[in-house]
Amino acid sequence: MSPGLNDNELISKVLGGDQQAYALLVDRYKSYVFTLALRFTKNREDAEEVSQDIFVKAYRALADFRGASKFSTWLYTIVNTTCITFLRKKRLEVHSLDNEKVFEVADSQDSGFRANLVEQKSRIAMVNQAIALLSTDDAEIITLFYKGEQTLEEIARILGIEANAVKVRLHRARTRLKEKMQKHFAAEVNDLT
Amino acid sequence: MSVQPTIEERLWEYIDGMATPEERTVIDQLIEADAEWRAKYGELLETHQMMQASELEEPSMRFTKNVMEEIALLQIAPAAKTYINKKIIWGIAIFFITMIVGFLIYGIGQVQWSSGSSSSSPIPIDLSNIDFSKMFNNTYINIFMMMNMILGLFLFDRYLANKRKKTFSNK
Repeated sequence: MSPGLNDNELISKVLGGDQQAYALLVDRYKSYVFTLALRFTKNREDAEEVSQDIFVKAYRALADFRGASKFSTWLYTIVNTTCITFLRKKRLEVHSLDNEKVFEVADSQDSGFRANLVEQKSRIAMVNQAIALLSTDDAEIITLFYKGEQTLEEIARILGIEANAVKVRLHRARTRLKEKMQKHFAAEVNDLT
Repeated sequence: MSVQPTIEERLWEYIDGMATPEERTVIDQLIEADAEWRAKYGELLETHQMMQASELEEPSMRFTKNVMEEIALLQIAPAAKTYINKKIIWGIAIFFITMIVGFLIYGIGQVQWSSGSSSSSPIPIDLSNIDFSKMFNNTYINIFMMMNMILGLFLFDRYLANKRKKTFSNK
């Protein structure tokens, strides 16, 4: 095994018949893919299933990766399309901030989060939980930008929109996250600061 | 109300490192001199740091093993470019080009060249003598023209999309 190899070198090895080299790629990106899938599915079991499906699809289509973009950008494109297909299949309602139900769900989750926060007192956990309260689109764009190490141009390619639109959406997502933090975790934020 | 988003947008660009050097200098000065800017900057920076500190979720311990078991029996599909037969693409292109050329020949064949020479017009073809009704009263020709129009629009759209992508990647 060659953990020191970069993505393109690992892909060459896989394409050359070394299937085990793919395990290194899976290890490298499983957390990113799983987190993104979780932003869509809002459920760990479904996210795990979808993430596995994404890696299998990526493996099958690996010969189509030409190296024109980063492997992660190409992989996140598969994440995006697979998660959208999954949501359509499950006929899940894509959460919208304009939808009152989201606030009801958020409020019902909030009590659980508060109890959890008392134990954890963790700023990181609080941010993760606040992101989980966001709509799928907002949570995805924040995750791609902050944790997926993607530039605005790369996110634009993944989502199939213009870079300027990504900038606007990212700005709105951050504003909404701030609002969520203030609404649901104001007391905890004050405790931590 | 209109001032607030502008401050936020400019500050986010500054925090994200996307502001130009000139803009950075201006914002540096604003943060130093203006209390409102300073407060907003502090607030946004805190949000930014919290988002950076957010953690990735971890799948189950068996995740990689499960994926590897699933792909063990699979073959990597050949790259799309290897199974798209260029001969077929060229065949379709030749078919359409032949049809267009045929249509043009048919159209030109309808022109009465002799009457055009006596005309005072600088164009040797007398357009009034062309019987357009003969060309356009055929259903098949209309369908063919419609298909060509759609194909033309499609190719034009692809051309514009490629151009946009090129401009975008050059930035």
